[in-house]
Amino acid sequence: MPPRGLASERNNHWLPHPYPGVGFTDLRPLLKETDKMSNSHLEKPTTAGIHASAPLFEVRDLETVIHTRSGTVHAVNSVSFEINAGETLGVVGESGSGKSVTMMSLIRLLASPPVELRGGQVLLGGEDLLKLDEGALRDLRGKKVGFVFQDPMTSLNPVFTVGFQLMEPLRQHLGMSRRGAHDRAVELLALVGIPDPARRVDEYPHQFSGGMRQRVMIAMALACDPAVLIADEPTTALDVTIQAQIIELMRELQSKLGMAVIWVTHDLNVVREIADRVLVMYAGQVIEHGPVDALFAQPAHPYTRALLATMPRAGGAKQERLRAIEGMPPILTEAPQSCAFRARCGHARARCAQELPRRQPLSNGHDVACHYPLREVAEHV
Amino acid sequence: MSEPLFEIRDLKLHFPIYGGLLRHQIGSVKAVDGVSFDIFKGETLGLVGESGCGKSSCGRGLLRLSEPSSGEVVFDGRQVTALSHKEMRAIRTRMQMVFQDPQASLNPRMTVSEIISEPLNEHANLKRRALIARVCELMDAVGLNRAFLNRYPSSFSGGQRQRIGIARALALNPDFIVCDEPIAALDVSIQAQVVNLLKDLQEQFSLTYLFISHDLSMVRHIADRVAVMYLGKIVELADTELLYQRPSHPYSKALLSAVPGAVASRRADAPREVLKGDLPSPANPPKGCNFCTRCPHVMDICRTTEPELKAVAPGQYSACHLND
Ligand SMILES: Nc1ncnc2c1ncn2[C@@H]1O[C@H](COP(=O)(O)OP(=O)(O)OP(=O)(O)O)[C@@H](O)[C@H]1O
Ligand SMILES: Nc1ncnc2c1ncn2[C@@H]1O[C@H](COP(=O)(O)OP(=O)(O)OP(=O)(O)O)[C@@H](O)[C@H]1O
Ligand code: SF4
Ligand SMILES: [Mg+2]
Ligand SMILES: [Mg+2]
Repeated sequence: MPPRGLASERNNHWLPHPYPGVGFTDLRPLLKETDKMSNSHLEKPTTAGIHASAPLFEVRDLETVIHTRSGTVHAVNSVSFEINAGETLGVVGESGSGKSVTMMSLIRLLASPPVELRGGQVLLGGEDLLKLDEGALRDLRGKKVGFVFQDPMTSLNPVFTVGFQLMEPLRQHLGMSRRGAHDRAVELLALVGIPDPARRVDEYPHQFSGGMRQRVMIAMALACDPAVLIADEPTTALDVTIQAQIIELMRELQSKLGMAVIWVTHDLNVVREIADRVLVMYAGQVIEHGPVDALFAQPAHPYTRALLATMPRAGGAKQERLRAIEGMPPILTEAPQSCAFRARCGHARARCAQELPRRQPLSNGHDVACHYPLREVAEHV
Repeated sequence: MSEPLFEIRDLKLHFPIYGGLLRHQIGSVKAVDGVSFDIFKGETLGLVGESGCGKSSCGRGLLRLSEPSSGEVVFDGRQVTALSHKEMRAIRTRMQMVFQDPQASLNPRMTVSEIISEPLNEHANLKRRALIARVCELMDAVGLNRAFLNRYPSSFSGGQRQRIGIARALALNPDFIVCDEPIAALDVSIQAQVVNLLKDLQEQFSLTYLFISHDLSMVRHIADRVAVMYLGKIVELADTELLYQRPSHPYSKALLSAVPGAVASRRADAPREVLKGDLPSPANPPKGCNFCTRCPHVMDICRTTEPELKAVAPGQYSACHLND
């Protein structure tokens, strides 16, 4: 018997199935061209020549707090961003910086209490998701918004087969027949590269390897052709070849359906490869944001710069020690009133301890929340 | 080279498949299908390969967290596979595992402090004060804030949970740790911190690691030797630099060609090379060489005869008919 501290097979507190879904919605009328960043080399056929006034998905001043016995944690502090159809937004940041809490807040997947959505707006096609009632929200999850959780085992129910969990939304919300849903489930498993899908569809989550569970999650999120895909560390358990396959699959859907993708990851190589724009989070805030090339070439926030400098060099000589950023992030018992990075920052001055830096534009859609942004080109490139 | 800590001979881990009306066994998933290798004292052996190829099963098999179907595992001169439960329990203090799925492997009803101190309570005689000091020391080492001592796993982020698992595995100063994707959920800075810590501990206590990871750059950094697995078998085993500079097996070549970051930015023109052909199912592996359904160099013999793992250079073994 494994010791008590280790749940023997898996724990059984799982979330209810988050996205009962319905079919593909035509979002083309909502697409916007003028705002697109410098990503003309990525062909996005659906967005060509279509104009609309607002971005597909817009988050404004989102505030999320978590009430605990030892006080309130200010996990998300005034986070704002937007994304257009067909675009990919990469979200990076320190472990514990609030990426997952932000993403789960967007479609209100967090239990409340302890979580409280204090403020802000989450606009999808002009509609504020934070104002929707539970029923409408349930319809939307999966219909328009697909979600891949960071932790597959929390969202796969251990007592049902993988196939059952894939079929449920297809049957309930697409009105598919049992047979049809079953066939579609097998097809979805094949799409994410699960060998022998016809047999595996009848197996339970614990019979899948770590990477396979993660791919089941991806299959579920994509099942109903969502307009927005929120993927929280979707490929952490996957090797490069299968990761490449998933990225290709996502790109295909993106160009076919104009799906917008929010991709949370700590894998900076992946971000560089797939993102149009990047959002950098620290202490529950967006501290830098910009087009991927500008951000990698000229990271302006000292944290971003330090983060990029820790990337292990792929080729070349073996480093003896890897570089880490010294120090720890602050505990967020209150929303930051001054720069949250200053204790670890080599450029901090008096003002950094007195005043909260707000996001200020640098150039071409690149903005940073720092009183003394760095201007030189980074060494690491 | 130093002496082996682990000697693994023809280890197999098969999971039965039940089917039919009477739910009797109709086959088995050959997760690990006859692997033989040594792990030397004080070394880090990397274990890499496609998702689902049997890496976690292999690691679990070494510690008998999953019961091997057949084969031998000798740890420090003792047959692990022949030990009673009681003996196993005693020897487990010397071998630990960092689990791949941090959430599923932590008891949601225990606080972090309870989780990390559990092995200490069970196997070490520490007074309460010393116990807490040790827990704090471990939390510092993995970069977790001591103020979170009494929190439950659910109130941690993904990366923070992964570090709880690492702190727990380190608690008893084991000789050997299976690190199953120990840094997958961590940002690069904390990855660096954890990897540096693992290396420091290795120097200090001559720890031995089996380091399972799909991050090939990190494996290159940390491993002395690397075993490449494909569909339940080891297809190549080599000194790290040899493997990365001139991989011998066609599968290793394909795997390494896909390392991201080798090319700075690939998005403009070149799509990544994806292995062609379907990954066969471990319930029904192909006859002959397991890789024959996808290998660009496949020959007739590959479809009939299984290649053996043989030395192709000093410090490099490969299982492929091209070597003959
Ligand atoms: N239920 C909870 N109770 C208390 N604190 C919580 C809870 N859930 C999250 N937190 C805290 O909120 C912060 C943000 O967590 P979040 O999971 O969003 O981080 P993250 O950026 O996704 O990190 P990672 O990269 O490690 O997944 C963390 O410091 C975490 O400890
Ligand atoms: N308890 C189980 N019952 C049945 N099959 C299992 C069980 N555990 C693992 N398997 C199967 O054994 C094979 C190997 O799984 P394993 O978890 O060892 O893969 P892995 O190499 O660790 O993959 P990943 O990189 O995705 O974690 C898979 O096909 C998996 O589905
Ligand atoms: S034995 Fe044959 S099929 Fe297998 S890897 Fe070598 S050449 Fe390819
Ligand atoms: Mg997270
Ligand atoms: Mg695994």
